[in-house]
Amino acid sequence: MAQAHAPQFKNPVVKWIDSRLPIFSMLDHEYNQYPMPRNVNYLWAFGAIAGIMLVIMIATGLVLAMQYAANTNIAFDSVERIMRDVNYGWLLRYVHANGASMFFIAVYIHMFRGLYYGSYKAPREILWILGVLIMLAMMATAFMGYVLPWGQMSFWGATVITNLFSAFPIVGDPIVTWLWGGFSVDNPTLNRFFALHFLLPFVLFALVILHTAALHVSGSNNPLGIDPKGPQDTVPFNPYVTIKDGFAVVVFLIFYAAFVFFAPNYLGHPDNYIPANPLVTPAHIVPEWYFLPFYAILRAIPDKLGGVLAMFGAIAVLAVLPWLDTSKVRSCKFRPIYRQFFWILAIDALVLGYAGAMPAEGVWLMIARIGTAYYFFHFLILLPLLGKLERPLPLPASICEPVLKGGGRVAAGAHAKPMEKA
Amino acid sequence: MRALKSAILSAALALGLAGTAQASEGVHIPEQSWPHSGVFGTIDKASAQRGFQVYKEVCSACHSMRLVPIRTLGGIGFKDDELKALAAGYEVQAGPNDAGEMFMRPGTPADRFPSPFPNDNAARAANNGALPPDLSLIAKARKGGEDYLYAFLTGFEDTPPEGVTLMPGMNYNKVFPGHQVGMPNILQPDGVSYADGTKATVDQQARDVSTFLTFAAEPHLDARKQMGVKVILFLIVLAGLMYATKRKLWSTVH
Amino acid sequence: MAQTTHPPGTGAHAAPGGEGTSRRDFLYLATGAVGAVGVAAAAWPFIDSMNPAADTLALASIDVDLAPVAEGQAITVTWRGKPVFVRHRTAKEIDEAKKVNLGELRDPAADDARVKKPEWLIVIGICTHLGCVPLGQKPTDPRGDYDGWFCPCHGSHYDTAGRIRKGPAPANLVVPQYAFTSDTAIRLG
Repeated sequence: MAQAHAPQFKNPVVKWIDSRLPIFSMLDHEYNQYPMPRNVNYLWAFGAIAGIMLVIMIATGLVLAMQYAANTNIAFDSVERIMRDVNYGWLLRYVHANGASMFFIAVYIHMFRGLYYGSYKAPREILWILGVLIMLAMMATAFMGYVLPWGQMSFWGATVITNLFSAFPIVGDPIVTWLWGGFSVDNPTLNRFFALHFLLPFVLFALVILHTAALHVSGSNNPLGIDPKGPQDTVPFNPYVTIKDGFAVVVFLIFYAAFVFFAPNYLGHPDNYIPANPLVTPAHIVPEWYFLPFYAILRAIPDKLGGVLAMFGAIAVLAVLPWLDTSKVRSCKFRPIYRQFFWILAIDALVLGYAGAMPAEGVWLMIARIGTAYYFFHFLILLPLLGKLERPLPLPASICEPVLKGGGRVAAGAHAKPMEKA
Repeated sequence: MRALKSAILSAALALGLAGTAQASEGVHIPEQSWPHSGVFGTIDKASAQRGFQVYKEVCSACHSMRLVPIRTLGGIGFKDDELKALAAGYEVQAGPNDAGEMFMRPGTPADRFPSPFPNDNAARAANNGALPPDLSLIAKARKGGEDYLYAFLTGFEDTPPEGVTLMPGMNYNKVFPGHQVGMPNILQPDGVSYADGTKATVDQQARDVSTFLTFAAEPHLDARKQMGVKVILFLIVLAGLMYATKRKLWSTVH
Repeated sequence: MAQTTHPPGTGAHAAPGGEGTSRRDFLYLATGAVGAVGVAAAAWPFIDSMNPAADTLALASIDVDLAPVAEGQAITVTWRGKPVFVRHRTAKEIDEAKKVNLGELRDPAADDARVKKPEWLIVIGICTHLGCVPLGQKPTDPRGDYDGWFCPCHGSHYDTAGRIRKGPAPANLVVPQYAFTSDTAIRLG
């Protein structure tokens, strides 16, 4: 880029501030001139969509927190007051409740995009691990948020999930008591969950900033998984990618709005409109859909501690993924065998999700076990082996080349080249 | 966890909440066509008003609706003076007065519907151990929503099918989980007399009260859908503009 | 950050002006305008959610029975979360309030304009200085130099019509909206 350095600001105030605190230069560098590979597709917009979701969640969460009361006696009623009496309270709550699901949809697509195109590989390992931490923080935040309305699912979800920690020998029970602040899920638990539910999104926000900072060091990956060779391979972020991401965000918002306005309780559970009752467990307790694959893994193992370890292991294995995948080629486009297994993993995740919603007995238990076995087999055995055994297709010489040739064809004779270091 | 769960469930059985224990067996709830179904559907106010009459004259003898303020009925067409007159017909507890005593006063539209029983234990004691659930959110708190309510209210059978022995004080219902329910078949033909001349069949009453309870659970249902149509139309226009801009901009890239 | 917009990168061949540019500019403008309208409209529910909710507004009027309040006595009732002073004035107090020369008042107002029935003075019991509740409701309270109320926070004195007479407060005690529903009952709000 010819004018990649020292932008000239015309506005004297901006100029004055920038010479003392180069915040405008930084924004210009990171969000205006930042070179994006010109061949990124719409899957790359899900990072921006997830970012917008975080902002929507924090904004709606803030005004909801102004009306919500974290006390077991009035929590349920205070949510109903939001739904009935607070101006646009129903809108804000439905936007927030469905927003959690939309946030997970965006992040899961973002992750699977990273898996498909090998975005976790060197030099983007830390970027990827920060992403796994973001997912963990999201899970904790979503779980605690679900407890706040203090319905039946809130209460029993909190009971079951906090009891996971009782699986650990010796320290388990004291940890659970400590989490509860009592001998069952009760007022102290609700109160601390509210405090943490308010805090964690800001931790999440900080992690997102680090995630973006790490991204801007190595630059964005792209569908070919090869590094840009020069300016001819990239476009400046603004306006090219801002408008493209913006379009994707608006389309996503249409999908989101369809839920908020026409099926606001579709992703929720009817039992959560019954106030929490510590004496009666609902017949079917299921977590929110975004936890279902992990819930299936938990239930697939016929041992309490084993199930808990498998569930946490399913996330931990993602953190070490950059070192489990031994392939030198990033993108699945050039990995014909791994590409098949990628889709098997995607289907496996959906099957696990479905099994997680079904009663843990009979055929569903069997399916959950097979699904769990495949999940770990995929990451722990298949990926390390496949990197050594698979013969990748020849890589194009540069991003521009297949673009200019049209149709994404690789020029004949271009030999397989291991990915270049940035 | 499982041990705890079964312990809790058996405790629930002992408390007379037997029905819910067998909820796992699925009963098909036929989907009804409601005026408020679909993207453009709105609550049928006349039906909801009749449904309120059924609630007031039949259901409210046992069922509370503690989260719904009387003024909410303005949303199904009650005028201010009608609301005041209606509210004045309820006695609500107030106080303490200067002597430190609680006293009863006539209700105002700002009050919530008073509950038929002072607390859950009193409700159980008066109902053979079963707790009549609060109806404020019942249309959202049951799988199937208003379809379930309608199926439940029209699903009673005077004689249980062959081979089913009812526990004492229980009634047979086709769609209730476990089929044995403490609530009797309460809707009777012409059990209420509608002011607008609608014939009060059991089916009509069940429909009307299900409509009313849908409104009571979600008073902003109409506003929500109307706003939704506008928001989505707006977003489609914006998406179209953004797509055109994006096409124009990227046309120079390839 | 409009001031930092740069021409597209070298990889892109920008149209050298003319029709393409003007159409692009129009699309930019239209998209930006529609997007801005959307953001502004979306902001309103957030702002409005902080306004009084329906339950708060519904409770905005209350009935007060005046019958038990004997002449010379006063009661305090809560209305919209604020104290409302209801004083059954004596003939002497009414006389004092009427006699005052309006010219010497900081916030001139005739006694007639502040009451609906001379024996009943109804004002919001919040000092117009900085929001404290003045003393003078209980028989043992100091009532200030003008037999009305005295604000202990910064020393404002109010007379028997609730008008500011001395001290830092700028205005009279506010008369709330109310109406007599019978000879001995009022509705506030």
